[in-house]
Amino acid sequence: MNDRIIPWFPAIIACLLGACSEGAWNNPYPNGEQASNVVYSSFSERPKHLDPVRSYSSNEYQFIAQIYEPPLQYHYLARPYKLIPLTAAQLPQVRYLDAAGRPVSRERHGAIAFSEYTVSIQPGIHYQPHPALARDEQGNARYLHLNAEDLKGVHVLGDFSMTGTRELTAADYVYQIKRIASPYLHSPIAGVMREYIAGFDAFREEVGARYGNSPKGVWQDLRSIDFSGVSVDDRYTYRIRIHGEYPQLVYWLAMPFFAPMPWEAEKFYSQPGMEERNITLNWYPVGTGPFMLTENNPNLRMVMEKNPNFHGEQYPTYGEAQDLENGLLDDAGKALPLVPKAVYSLEKENIPYWNKFLQGYYDASGVSSDSFDQAIQFGSQGDVQLTELMQAKDIQLETSVTTSILYMGFNMQDPVVGGFSERARLLRRAISIAVDYEEYISIFANGRGIPAQGPVPPGIFGNIEGEAGINPYVYDWVDGEPRRKDIGEARQLMTRAGYEDGIDQAAGKPLVLYFDTPGAGPGAKAHFNWMRKQYQKLGIQLVIRATDYNRFQEKMRKGTGQIFQWGWNADYPDPENFFFLLYGPNAKVKHGGENTANYQNLEFDRLFEQMKNIENGPVRLEIIRQMTRILQRDAPWLWGHHPKAFSLFHSWYKNVKPNLMANNLLKYKRVDGELRDRKRAEWNRPNYWPLIILSVLLLVSFIPAVVGFYRREHGTLK
Amino acid sequence: MIAYIVRRALYAIPILVGVNIITFLLFFVVNTPDDMARMFLGQKHVTEAQIEDWKTERGYHRPLFYNAEAEGMDSLKDTIFYTKSLRLFVFDFGRSDSGRDISFDISQRMWPSLAIAVPQLLIGLLVAITFALLIAFFRATYIDYWAVVLCVALMSISSLFYIIGGQFVMGKLLRVVPISGFESGIFGIKFLILPVLIGVVGGIGSSTRWYRTIFLEEMNKDYVRTVRAKGIAEQTVLFRHVLRNALIPILTGVVVILPLLFMGSLITESFFGIPGLGSYTIDAINRQDFAIVRSMVFLGAVLYIIGLLLTDISYTVVDPRVRLS
Amino acid sequence: MLPGKPVFLLTDLLIFVLVLSIVSFFAYAMRKPHLRQPWGQVVRARAGVISMIVLSVYVAIALLDSLHFHPVLENPAAHSEEVQYSGEVISVFDQLVSDLRASTEKTYSAPFAAHLYAKETVQQADGARIRIYPRLLWGGAHLEDPRAQKATDILLLAGVGTLKAAAVWAVLLVLWALYLSTRTARTFPAALGTLFDGHSEVPWRTVSVTLGVVLLVLLVGAEWASKYHVLGTDKVGEDVLYQALKSIRTGVVIGTLTTLLMVPFAIVLGIMAGFFRGWIDDVIQYLYTTLNSVPGVLLIAAAVLMLNVYMSKHAEAFASLTQRADMRLLFLCLILGLTSWTGLCRLLRAETLKLRAVDFVQAATAFGVGPMQTIFRHILPNVMHIVLITLVLDFSGLVLAEAVLSYINIGVDPTMNSWGNMINSARLEMAREPLVWWSLAASLFFMFTLVLFANLFADVVRDALDPRVSR
Repeated sequence: MNDRIIPWFPAIIACLLGACSEGAWNNPYPNGEQASNVVYSSFSERPKHLDPVRSYSSNEYQFIAQIYEPPLQYHYLARPYKLIPLTAAQLPQVRYLDAAGRPVSRERHGAIAFSEYTVSIQPGIHYQPHPALARDEQGNARYLHLNAEDLKGVHVLGDFSMTGTRELTAADYVYQIKRIASPYLHSPIAGVMREYIAGFDAFREEVGARYGNSPKGVWQDLRSIDFSGVSVDDRYTYRIRIHGEYPQLVYWLAMPFFAPMPWEAEKFYSQPGMEERNITLNWYPVGTGPFMLTENNPNLRMVMEKNPNFHGEQYPTYGEAQDLENGLLDDAGKALPLVPKAVYSLEKENIPYWNKFLQGYYDASGVSSDSFDQAIQFGSQGDVQLTELMQAKDIQLETSVTTSILYMGFNMQDPVVGGFSERARLLRRAISIAVDYEEYISIFANGRGIPAQGPVPPGIFGNIEGEAGINPYVYDWVDGEPRRKDIGEARQLMTRAGYEDGIDQAAGKPLVLYFDTPGAGPGAKAHFNWMRKQYQKLGIQLVIRATDYNRFQEKMRKGTGQIFQWGWNADYPDPENFFFLLYGPNAKVKHGGENTANYQNLEFDRLFEQMKNIENGPVRLEIIRQMTRILQRDAPWLWGHHPKAFSLFHSWYKNVKPNLMANNLLKYKRVDGELRDRKRAEWNRPNYWPLIILSVLLLVSFIPAVVGFYRREHGTLK
Repeated sequence: MIAYIVRRALYAIPILVGVNIITFLLFFVVNTPDDMARMFLGQKHVTEAQIEDWKTERGYHRPLFYNAEAEGMDSLKDTIFYTKSLRLFVFDFGRSDSGRDISFDISQRMWPSLAIAVPQLLIGLLVAITFALLIAFFRATYIDYWAVVLCVALMSISSLFYIIGGQFVMGKLLRVVPISGFESGIFGIKFLILPVLIGVVGGIGSSTRWYRTIFLEEMNKDYVRTVRAKGIAEQTVLFRHVLRNALIPILTGVVVILPLLFMGSLITESFFGIPGLGSYTIDAINRQDFAIVRSMVFLGAVLYIIGLLLTDISYTVVDPRVRLS
Repeated sequence: MLPGKPVFLLTDLLIFVLVLSIVSFFAYAMRKPHLRQPWGQVVRARAGVISMIVLSVYVAIALLDSLHFHPVLENPAAHSEEVQYSGEVISVFDQLVSDLRASTEKTYSAPFAAHLYAKETVQQADGARIRIYPRLLWGGAHLEDPRAQKATDILLLAGVGTLKAAAVWAVLLVLWALYLSTRTARTFPAALGTLFDGHSEVPWRTVSVTLGVVLLVLLVGAEWASKYHVLGTDKVGEDVLYQALKSIRTGVVIGTLTTLLMVPFAIVLGIMAGFFRGWIDDVIQYLYTTLNSVPGVLLIAAAVLMLNVYMSKHAEAFASLTQRADMRLLFLCLILGLTSWTGLCRLLRAETLKLRAVDFVQAATAFGVGPMQTIFRHILPNVMHIVLITLVLDFSGLVLAEAVLSYINIGVDPTMNSWGNMINSARLEMAREPLVWWSLAASLFFMFTLVLFANLFADVVRDALDPRVSR
C-alpha cells in the first residue's frame, strides 16, 4: 500500500460519517461549536426536580443554582465563607420582638419571642424571557388563559412563540415561601421551616382546607391566603418572622429554596393540558439568574445559555491572599457571566467519562467521581502530585476539604456496643483506634480526605487545628502532627473491657459484631474486606450485612443496626449543622431526626441548646470545645474522615476555585476556546493504521478460501 | 387466519393479567409504598405526614390486592392493583411517579434503542450468514474445524469484555470514534458505529455456528444431493438451493426477536450513554418508579406475545404445509 | 480429618449431592451397553478428552473449596480448657493455599512485581522523606536486588516447576501404562507406546499431552505463586490469583446447581403437560408463557432485593458472612433456574407428546399399565438425553450470566469471590492512570477457559447423545 492511497481511505470514512471536515473523528459535539467559549461538562444522573422548593441535591443544584437567584449568595473567593447580597440590596436587617411584639435587645435571650428579618431587593431585576410572562399588544397575559385549541401542536415549551418578562418584586419571594409551606409541593425543608417561621402551620392548614392535597389541574392562588409570618412591605421589601432566635436563617436565604417565583409561572404551568405534555415547573425553570435552561433533555444533555435579561453582576475584586497570584482575580470587575453557554452531557459510566475528559471533551472533572482522582499520585502524608501523563497534558488540580463528614456510627441503643457503661465505652474507643482511617483514606479515597477528630470539618467555626484539636483518645501529638495510637493500646482497652483477644471472657465466646451497609457498588468488596481486617486486629469478627438502601434506612429508623457508616453534607457553614446530628431530641429511633447513633447525653444536649443561638466568638468556641470533649470520650462515632474534593481541569478552563457552599459557580468560569481546539486536535488524531492492517489481514485470510474454491470449481474431480 | 389471530390475542389477556400480578408481587414484596415515597422525597428532613400525602396523591394509600374495608366489588376495585393495571390494557400507561407522561417518554426513547438494535441485527445477520456459508462450503476441512473452534472461543468471551475492550481500543487507543454519546440525525452515525460493531462481534460466534448447523442439515438433504449429482456448480447449489431453503429457519428465528428490539439493551445503553428504553428501565428500577417498571414489563410481555404470534404466522407464510388451527 | 469444626453450607451439600448422583449415574451407565455407547463416543473425541481434563481441574478446585470448616483458634480465651473455634469459615482449598490467602500487601502491585504500583513517601532513618516505590511485604521479598535478579529467579522457578511437572507426568504415565499392560495383556513398552499413539481409538496421545500441559501450568504456577503475586494484587493488596481461583467455585456452583434446581420442575411439569394434555397442559403452558413474558433481569433484580428484605428481617439466622453469601448464591441459582426452566419444560413437553404416540407407549397403555408406571418406565428414560444436553449446554451461559448480573449489582453477594465481582471492581481500575489491568484480565481469562472448555465439552456431549445429530 503506497502513500497515495492512505489519505483517501480515512477521508471516505469521515465523509461517510457525515463529518467532512478537519474535526477530530471522535468529537462527540457538533462541528460548528469549535472555537466557541462553551463550557462542556457532564452529569451522571438525571435530575429529579428542577423546582427550587423541591430540589435538594447537588446534581440538581448544578442546574437550578445558575437559574434561580435567592436574595443572598456566598462570596466566590473569600474564606471563611461569607454571605453577600445577590438580589438583595444589603444583608437582611434583624429585629428582636417579645411576645407582645415589642422590640427587645439582642442580649435578652429569654425575652425574645420572635426575630424579624427584613429583606430589601434591588430594583430593576428582570426575569428571563418566558411564555408565562408574555403579553399581547393590549398588555394582557398572552398564555395564561389557554384552552385545548391553543395547545394544539405544542409539545415543548419552545413551541410557544411569544415570550415576555417583568420586573422582580418582593412579592415573588413571599410567593415562594408560601410555596414551601404548601402541602402539595412536598418541599423537603417544610419540616424544618415549620419549626421556625411564624404562622407556617396555620397557612399550611388553610391551603389544605381550601384546595385539598391534590395539585391536579387547578392553580392554587397562594397570593390570596395570608401567611402571618411573611409579609410584603413595599414593592422591593419583604419580612420574615421567626419563632425565637434562629441565626442560621440567613444561610437558608442563600439556598434556592428561597429564590423568587412569579405567580404567573405557576398559573401558566397549571393550565389543563400542560402536565400531559410534560410542560411543568419541575421541568422548565423560570428565573432571574445569569443562565436559562434552553435544552432540557436529561436523557442526553442539558444546555444552559446566557439570560439576555440578566441584571448584571461583576466578578469579585478581592479574595484570599494567594488568589491574585493564582490568577483568580484576572477577571476582577468584569461583567458576569463570562461564558455564553454550557453543555452538560449525560455520562453514567466512569470509564467513558474519564476517557472523554482525557481527550479534552470535558473541561473539568466534575464534582466527585472516584476515577478522576486516580490521576493523582499520593504519598501517605497527603502530598499531592499529578501523574506524568496528566502533567504532560497540562491538566490542573485543585483540592479542598469538603464541609462534610463520613463517619462510622455505633447504635447507642445496642446492648453490646451502645450505652454509657464503661465496658461499652472502652470497646468503642478500642475500635476507634483499631480502624485505621489514615490507611482507609490512602486506599479508598486515594488520599482525598483528612481523618476527623470530631464532628466539625475544617473551614467551619468550631474546628480546632493543631495539638489542641486532636482526639486524645485516639491520637497522640508526635513531631507536630497527630499520630494514631498503637494497636497495643487498643488491645489493652479490649482487655480492660473484658474482651481479651476478641474473646468475650465472661461468656467464653468470640466477640462478633455486625456492620450494616447499603453498599453494593464496584469496590464494595474491597471495602468490606478492609473493614474486616481492621476489626480482626482486635480479634473481633465483623459480620457485614450488606443490603439495599431502603432496608438500610429502615434498620436505622428501627434502631436494629449495630455499626454503620453514614455521612453528612453541611447545609450551611455553621457548627450547629453538625452538632445537631448528635443532639438527643433529634434521635432517629425516638424522634425520626438525623441523630442516627441515637446518642443522648443530657450534658451535651444542654450545651447544644446554649451554643445554637449565640454568635461566633470565644464563648461559643469554649462551649464547642466542651461538647467535643464529651463526644470524644463517649465515642458514639468513629469520627471517620472529611473527604477532600479534588477537581481536575484543563488548562483552558479558568477561574476554578472550590467553593463548597455556593452552587452558582458557572457564571465565574471562563474558557479559552482556541487553546481548547488546538489541544483537542492534537490529542485526538485518529490512529487508523491498525484498522487498515486488520482489514488487510482479514482479506488475506480469505485467500486460501478463494484458492480452495477456485480449485474445487476448476480442478478435476477426485 | 384472522380467526386464529383473534383467538391468540384473546389468549394473551390472561397471560398479561398474570404478568401484571407477578410484577405487582415482585415489586411490592420488596418495596412498600412508604419506601417509594422516601426514595422520591429525598433523604434529608422527611416527615411521616409528607409521606402520607405523597401516597394519597398517587393512589398508593390503597391496599394492594384486597380492600377489606370496602363493600362488594369495591373490595377488589379500590386497590392499587385494580386502579393501576386496568388502564394498561388499552395502552394508557399514565404518568410516572415523578409526574411524566410515560407513553411520551417511551415514544421518544424507542428510537435510540432501535437505532442500535436494527443495524446490529441486519449487519450481524449478513456477516454471520456469509461466514456460515463459507464454513459450510469448506465443510470437513481444517478450515471448518478451526472456524468452529474460533466460534466457540468467541462465544466464550464475556460480553462485558467486548464492551470494555471495544471502548478501550477503538475510542481510547485508535481515537476513531467517540467513546460514548448519542445524537439523532446523520451526525449521530458516528456514535452508533462502536456499539453496533461490538454487538455484531459479540454475537457472531454463536450465530455463525448456529447457521452453519442449519446449512449442513440442509446440504445433507436428498434434493441437494440430486442437484449436485446433476453436475451443477457448487456455488450455485449453495446460493440457489441451500441458502434459499435454509433462510426459512433463520428468518423464523429472527422474527421472534424482532419486537424485542424495542426494549434495548441494558448494559450497552448505559455504557454508551444512549437514551433508549433499556436505560429507561434500569433508571426506573434504581429510582423505584413503579409506574415505569410496570409499563415496561407490560410492554415487554406484549411484544413477546406478538413475537410468538409472528413466528407462527411466518411458518405458514414460508411453508404452506403448516396450517394454523 | 479437617483441622477444625466442619460447617455444612447449603450449596456444599447440594454440590456433593450432585457429584454423588453423577457418579452413581455413571456407575449405572457403565453397566448398560446402550448407555455406555454414547459416552464412549465422548471419550473417543479429541475435544472431549481435552475438555474433560481441563474441566476436572476446575471441578476439583471447586470441590475442595466446598469443604468448609471453622478453624481452631490460635490463641483461645485464657481460662478455657476446650478447643475453641474461630467464627470464620474457611475451606480445605483455603487451607491448601493458605500462603496465598495470607500474603496481602498494602494495595495494588503488578503481576510478578517486587514493588508497590504507586509511589509513596517514606521516612528514612535520617529523618529525610523520599518518594519511592516501596518493596512488597511478600511478593519477591526473597530477592536482594529485584531489578537484577528477578528475571533469572522467575526462570529458575519455572525450571524447577517444569522438572516437577515432568516427574509427576512420567510417574503417572508409567503407572497408567502398567495398568494397561495388565488389563490388555500387552507388554509394558507396547502399552507405553499406545499412550503416544496418535491413531488409537481413544486418543491416548492427546490425553498424555494435555495432561502434561495441565501439570506444567499447575506446577510452574504453584512454584511462581510461592514467591510472587503471579497475577498481582488488588486494591486492598489481596492476591488476584487467589481471588480468581476462589471464584471458580462460584462459577461452577451457579453453572451446575441452577440447572439441578430447575430440572425437577421442568421434568415433572414438562412430562405432565405432554402426557396428560387437556387442562393440565393448558395450565402449564400458561404458567411458562407468563413467566417467560416477564423480562428476566427484572425478575432477578426483584428476587435479589426480596432476599435482602428476608435476610434483614431474619438477621440472626445468618450470623456469618459466609452464610449470608451462601444463601444469596443459592437464591440466585434458584431464581436463575426459575427464569430458565421454561425452555427445558417446553422441549420435554414436545418430546413427551411425540413419545406418547410411539408404539411401545401405546402398547403399554393398551395393556393397562398405569400412567405413573408408563412415565417412569418408558417416557422418563427416553427424555433423559434432553435433560443431560440442556445441563451441559446451559452451564457456560450461566457462568457468563453471573458476571453480567454481578456487574449490575444483582448477582452474588458483593463479599463473595466471583468473576463478576472482580470485573465490577475492575471498572474503576480501568479508569485509573496508569491502568490496572490484571484483575480484569485474570477474571476474564479464568472465565474464558472454563466457558470455552465447557462449550467444547457440551458440543461433544450433544453430538454423542442427540439422536437427531447425524453421525
